[in-house]
Amino acid sequence: MVEEAFKSIFDSPELQLKAQVNNLNFYYGGTAHVLKNVNLAIAENQVTALIGPSGCGKTTLLRCFNRMHDLYPGNRYEGEILLDSSINILDRQVDPIEVRMRISMVFQRPNPFPKSIYENVAYGLRVRGEQRQSVMDEKVEQALRLAALWDEVKDRLREPAYNLSGGQQQRLCIARALATDPEMILFDEPTSALDPIATASIEELMSHLKKHVTILIVTHSLQQAARLSDYTAFMFLGELVEFNKTITLFNQPLSKQTEDYISGRFG
Amino acid sequence: MTEHSLQLSSPSQLYQKKRLRDLKEQAIQFLLLLAACSSVATTIAIMWVLISESVGLFQHVSPWEFLTGTEWAPLFEPPAYGILPLVCGTLVTSAVALAVAIPLGTIAALYLTEFASPQLREAVKPILELLAGIPTVVFGYFALLFVTPLLQKVIPDLPGFNMLSPGIVMGIMITPLISSISEDAMRAVPVELREGSYATGATRLQTAWKVVFPAAISGISASYILGISRAVGETMIVAIAAGLQPIMTLNPLESAATITTYIVQVSLGDTPHGTPEYQTIFAAGLTLVIITLIFNIIGYFLSRRYRERY
Repeated sequence: MVEEAFKSIFDSPELQLKAQVNNLNFYYGGTAHVLKNVNLAIAENQVTALIGPSGCGKTTLLRCFNRMHDLYPGNRYEGEILLDSSINILDRQVDPIEVRMRISMVFQRPNPFPKSIYENVAYGLRVRGEQRQSVMDEKVEQALRLAALWDEVKDRLREPAYNLSGGQQQRLCIARALATDPEMILFDEPTSALDPIATASIEELMSHLKKHVTILIVTHSLQQAARLSDYTAFMFLGELVEFNKTITLFNQPLSKQTEDYISGRFG
Repeated sequence: MTEHSLQLSSPSQLYQKKRLRDLKEQAIQFLLLLAACSSVATTIAIMWVLISESVGLFQHVSPWEFLTGTEWAPLFEPPAYGILPLVCGTLVTSAVALAVAIPLGTIAALYLTEFASPQLREAVKPILELLAGIPTVVFGYFALLFVTPLLQKVIPDLPGFNMLSPGIVMGIMITPLISSISEDAMRAVPVELREGSYATGATRLQTAWKVVFPAAISGISASYILGISRAVGETMIVAIAAGLQPIMTLNPLESAATITTYIVQVSLGDTPHGTPEYQTIFAAGLTLVIITLIFNIIGYFLSRRYRERY
């Protein structure tokens, strides 16, 4: 039943496929089998949420998309994540840096660099070797506007990023992720360290952003997934239990586990 | 056991117990205070000796002459008391040492934290620390008998005593100090910052240089300041390999005495107590302390300015 639903989404004509996870297995340190045969479709310019109890592998799955696991020795991927139905980003031949330039990421806790507000946003451009000041200024402003931060910081771009509040810092990190025109942004519980007001502003921002980029978000909050996302995947113990349109998944869950989780019986 | 401990003592017993415990706590607190005071007291005593003996000298020599005179010959007739040649010697050897140690130490630390595999790091660290354990006398002879002849092959008219060779060796000696403190500072940079940098498509080198290094700058600059203090105060290496002539020069290819060299030289001789010659070593020592102090203050403000805030 779950498989059928999955297939019907996959085949539905309205779905513009951005990325596709096929039979993904992931091992930490060569032994811990953390992701088991995961299959998932990521719709273009939509928000896809990954939900599930702690330790279910949702963050691990998210970090496969920009090959963050490559940074630590002994991790191993099997299977594929196809981007635009053509490139397998898990392929050893594919440069992880190239992948990260196309798929950027926003972290759980705001992590601005110890630099000015401007330099934080410009960082991604600088590491790409952008030299032209005019291009840089334009991109930084554009990214800050998209991240709904421009009006608050335009007069103090040279100030250290640490002078900003937590919510502003997180929007700065979103601007940093946007500055290099990525095709997709990964959000790893982006509001878990923020107060409700800052959370609301980030959520509002994300629903605007999906016009420009494809969004994949890991969240602990079921309400957030329900509010924000178009598609939701429920994971449990390293397996993807159910994947469906958010509205369907929350209202008519097909699997017993999904139903138990979203009704608060565990997790 | 539990039954006993749960039993309540009578009020008088309680009172006695508390008094005994208070007494014990106070005694321990006093001992700890003594330990904490010992280093402060030593510092004060040293400063007292330095200042009181220097004051004796300044009754013979004006402080202005001492600070601006360009000739240092307190043991000759007529004596000259200008400390500048010794200060120059100290600054030149220290500058050479830092020119070696700062880049080398920083790069070593960056390599060990950001690039080396854990196995390699564990292998290299003890060797680096061993370098810090070599007695400075050995470094001094290494400078005089190995590095100087080697340099003379490149610079043929380099004198046997010169400031370049001990400067370089001093730099090698300080490198582990700088690298190990810088390494600790860089290792303390949260992993989220590194991942943030990688996630924007930065390479390892870009991450190390543009994110980790600036984030750790406070600890790194502290290591530089410690390195400077070490270089300014270093005695044996310069005494052995830089020569004993107080010559006013900023050229590292020449021989010149440093403040520390002079102090060693006079302390070893039989200069009579209480004479101006004897007092010069205290004034020289005071100068040295003040130079170190100045660098420490600069370092303090620098690290406050660039304090790490992740």
